[in-house]
Amino acid sequence: MTATLERGLNALREQIDAPVASFFTTCVSCGLCAEACIFYKETGEEKFTPIHKLDLMRRLWANEYTLLGKVKSLLGLGEKITDADLAEWETLVYDSCTMCGRCTLVCPVGNDITLMIRKMREGMSAAGHAPKELVGAAERHSDYGSPMGDLHKALKAQIAHAEKETGIPIELDREGADYMALLSAQEIAEYPGVLAAMSRIFRKAGITWTISTEGFEATNVGVQLGNRDVARTLVSRVVAAAEKLKVKGVISPECGHAYQALRWEGPNLIGKTYDFEVVHIIELLDRLRAEGKLKTKGKDDTRLTFHDPCQINRRGGINREPRNLLGLVAENFVETEDAGTMNWCCGGGGGVGANERAADLRFKAFNRKKRQFEAVGAEKVVTMCAYCHHTLEEQLEEHGMEELEVEGLTELLAEYLDDED
Amino acid sequence: MTNPNFDLLMWARTTGFDIALAIMVGGILLRVVEIVVLGRKKDLARPKGNPVAQGLKTIFTRSLPRKGMVKEAPVTYVGGYLFHIGFAVAFLFLGAHIALITDLTGLGWPEANKALIETAAAVAVVALIALAWTRFSNPVRRMLTTFDDWLVWTLSILPLVTGYIAVNKLFGDGTLMMAIHMLSAEALMVAFPFTKLMHAVTFAMARYYNGSIQGRKGAES
Repeated sequence: MTATLERGLNALREQIDAPVASFFTTCVSCGLCAEACIFYKETGEEKFTPIHKLDLMRRLWANEYTLLGKVKSLLGLGEKITDADLAEWETLVYDSCTMCGRCTLVCPVGNDITLMIRKMREGMSAAGHAPKELVGAAERHSDYGSPMGDLHKALKAQIAHAEKETGIPIELDREGADYMALLSAQEIAEYPGVLAAMSRIFRKAGITWTISTEGFEATNVGVQLGNRDVARTLVSRVVAAAEKLKVKGVISPECGHAYQALRWEGPNLIGKTYDFEVVHIIELLDRLRAEGKLKTKGKDDTRLTFHDPCQINRRGGINREPRNLLGLVAENFVETEDAGTMNWCCGGGGGVGANERAADLRFKAFNRKKRQFEAVGAEKVVTMCAYCHHTLEEQLEEHGMEELEVEGLTELLAEYLDDED
Repeated sequence: MTNPNFDLLMWARTTGFDIALAIMVGGILLRVVEIVVLGRKKDLARPKGNPVAQGLKTIFTRSLPRKGMVKEAPVTYVGGYLFHIGFAVAFLFLGAHIALITDLTGLGWPEANKALIETAAAVAVVALIALAWTRFSNPVRRMLTTFDDWLVWTLSILPLVTGYIAVNKLFGDGTLMMAIHMLSAEALMVAFPFTKLMHAVTFAMARYYNGSIQGRKGAES
């Protein structure tokens, strides 16, 4: 057994707990998880069946965590796991799974398959079987602060631009502010308009906020790669920045996995409950709406639909909030089939969007969204995740649907903000 | 002269049954302990919903298919429901089975009429055959199917078929047929803890974990 294989299997062993054992014990091989998987549905290839993607983890569990498996292994009858197996499974675990969570919601026996994929990636990456793009992004993120490298200069330039546009100063590193806002690298690089939008909305709502120069980037390639050490380092930066500035809350940006990493995995990664609240930007905006602090005037009259980011809705529980907000500003809002909790993934989540090897598969997977958008005759798609935003634009262009506009919900709200004094 | 099969039937009813019951109960306990001792780290994220309540709720709600799913795999869904309901009715409402359960636990309930029991058993058998067909015809199910699945399938259909034959004295020696029926049920009991039949117990754990993980986040399950 090679050192890397042993390291991978050890990392995988650390992930096996009571829920995992109950899931594998309970699986009846019904195959219904395949019917929920965008990669199986759009390709028809059975190897993309979600539970099959976990077969190596199942083997390890069966060999080492069940009495019968231990007896079989003693007799040399256990199903072995080789380095070649891990190499073969790499594309199944990373290229054909966005950890969207649909399989978890349809499994009749209740297996959280998505959680197990997240866990299996820990073993895969420890064994050196992870996409090079994610490994590279993790290195850049650890060394320079974001998966795109050092974004300090870009952030300051975008802040200056937003200040010029709105005439409202954005104070960096302000101690005692109500909230510390985070951004995703995608927003800083591609959708900086969200800064001006937040600035106007928060001023009108009477919220004080700041951005920390020591922890402003919210994404976490560690949870996509499956490397707890990297994930912990990245969460720790944000937590340290929030504690230093003594803010009462941290705003998770329009980014799916950032919310998942910071809000739900983060405390477990660093081993303590936060002293501050983590709130998704859309959760916060809906709270302001309910308190009467977010007033709008006029409505967007284009035929507009909404794309639910998997990690924010299905895996994050934020479903009603964006719809409440769309009610304020969308005149002609129409839902696609399966919208809400069972929305189909854009195909770019879970690191798949960064994985060049998965480009063709991603293109095929997007056919589902394409058909859904066409079915409702959408003229605009609104979402609440910058990476979904990026993937939607990329795929709409690839599929010849460039005329379909994509917009972030925070920016859409700011367009109709009633901020006259 | 006594029927030579009588001794076999008596063994199946007494010693054989006791051995099978002990292996089943002991095996189930062992498998459940095997799972529980692995533990689960305390979740330190502040809950948004109620993980315990949603975990408990999901044990029941996951019995229903999610909207739109039945049409994606109708035979698996309909066959699955019909088998489980048919098997449960045939097992739980036949007079002789109730008497056995009463002997063991002191609990009892009214039996159903023979026509209902036989219809339920027949429906369960047909459903099992349909489910087996999808394990050949559906590429996903074919890929996932292992020896364990066929063993479980065989062990599930045998008590239904042998029970029907024995009760209706369709052919063969009645005593022998009843002994075979009991032995087939005992084979199922012995295999229960060590095969996918365990799902009949651990589904509650899996659904609870699923519901509680989602429930903590205030997400649906």
